[in-house]
Amino acid sequence: MSDSFTVKSTRRHRLHPAGLRAMHWINALAMIALIMSGWKIYNDEVLFGWLHFPEAVTLGVWAQHGLQWHFFAMWILMVNGAFYLAYGLWTGRFRRKLLPIWPREVIATVREALTFKLAHDDITHYNAVQKVLYVGVMLVIVLQVVTGWLLWKPIQFSEAVALLGGFQAVRLFHFIGMAAIVGFLVVHVALALLVPKTIGAMVTGGPIVDDATPEAVPAE
Amino acid sequence: MARSPSPSIFRPKQGVDQSLIEDNKKLVQDINRRGLLRGTLSLGALTMLTGCNVSDTDTMQSFLRTISAFNDKVQEAIFRPNHLAPTYSVDQVAKPPRFNAYYDVEDVKPVDGASWKLELAGLIQDKRPWTAQQIYQLPEQELIVRHICVEGWDYIGQWEGVNLGQFLKRIGADTTAKYVSFKCADDYTETLDMATALHPQTILATKYAHDPITDPFGFPLRLRTATKLGFKNAKWITAMEVTNTFIPTFWSKQGFNWFAGI
Repeated sequence: MSDSFTVKSTRRHRLHPAGLRAMHWINALAMIALIMSGWKIYNDEVLFGWLHFPEAVTLGVWAQHGLQWHFFAMWILMVNGAFYLAYGLWTGRFRRKLLPIWPREVIATVREALTFKLAHDDITHYNAVQKVLYVGVMLVIVLQVVTGWLLWKPIQFSEAVALLGGFQAVRLFHFIGMAAIVGFLVVHVALALLVPKTIGAMVTGGPIVDDATPEAVPAE
Repeated sequence: MARSPSPSIFRPKQGVDQSLIEDNKKLVQDINRRGLLRGTLSLGALTMLTGCNVSDTDTMQSFLRTISAFNDKVQEAIFRPNHLAPTYSVDQVAKPPRFNAYYDVEDVKPVDGASWKLELAGLIQDKRPWTAQQIYQLPEQELIVRHICVEGWDYIGQWEGVNLGQFLKRIGADTTAKYVSFKCADDYTETLDMATALHPQTILATKYAHDPITDPFGFPLRLRTATKLGFKNAKWITAMEVTNTFIPTFWSKQGFNWFAGI
């Protein structure tokens, strides 16, 4: 079993390689454009009478501009997002950095965070809560793309729309997906601001790391 | 915020933001003193001040509309010409249907059915105009389908009228042409791609829930297609043209996506 820690081929690179950084920021821009233009579209026929998004945080002067931005940014998100997912899966980055996720660890991390004992000196390893959030938001965005296509083409994809409970149900799912992504963004940005070196790392690349660095906790 | 019962993007909720003029009154007056023409100046200032938003600058609009044209192509490519939209039962039908136009329902100008004619133009062999009586005698097809507005609301409607594809064949239209364009009594214009015009669930509707369509909903003749957003369903049609030349539509000219398929 000691072999499992043997370094076979060491690939040294920045914590966040240049391509990944570019994809991250393109993703961020596209997502913000989608959210703000989505709010513009939402405002024309609200799902909840008590909820209108202030014009100041929407994208587009008129409704058609909101639609134009939304149906432009969706291509950026889909193409860039596909490259991002392919990169993460192909290079093993997701497996190395985001897996495994143990419920016990998640609970322990939440407890540490609530008692302000959470260590964040080492930004090269994600804690269990980060892993849950990153995997979670990626899944939500994939689902958001799916419900987005169904909303755009509810008749061409009428079978899938019926499966989800109809056009208005899909609208609601798309809204909930947005809410989840906005929730993630708030936490993600707040935590990044609390540990500013994480932002620096996503801009300049961060420390040099080894792909083959053994994980700290071997499976029992 | 108080909202009308039928909010519509087709009715601007706000005009030009007057506060911009107010806030910059001093600037405007200041430049006035330099001897420039007041009218030219105000107009120029207005353009600059409202042009701050990135969405409606000429450059941005030309870019976003290029993407929208690309999206037209994507929609044409994924359009399933023989895929039928779900249909519903009579008890799900909304009565009356929901009104929408680029003006309020009070401003609808009823069309006189007795003198009304449907004019035909373009790649059509028999261009004789049709009276309402002649159209009412054509075989009818019932369509109980969902109307989906670009704004996000929807309702189920029950429409009857002649199948557009069959009507096109009856008048000897060239169905290999690219577009079928419509002109309406209220100066509205609409253009359908031929695939949509020939879709089995596209009709020229004359009735709603077995009764003649009433004035607000397009009397005597309107378009009803199951595969397009609501605004593509032109009301109060007065002329139809089969053509290979794209004729921009009322809403596409204002930046809405032309294909607008669902």
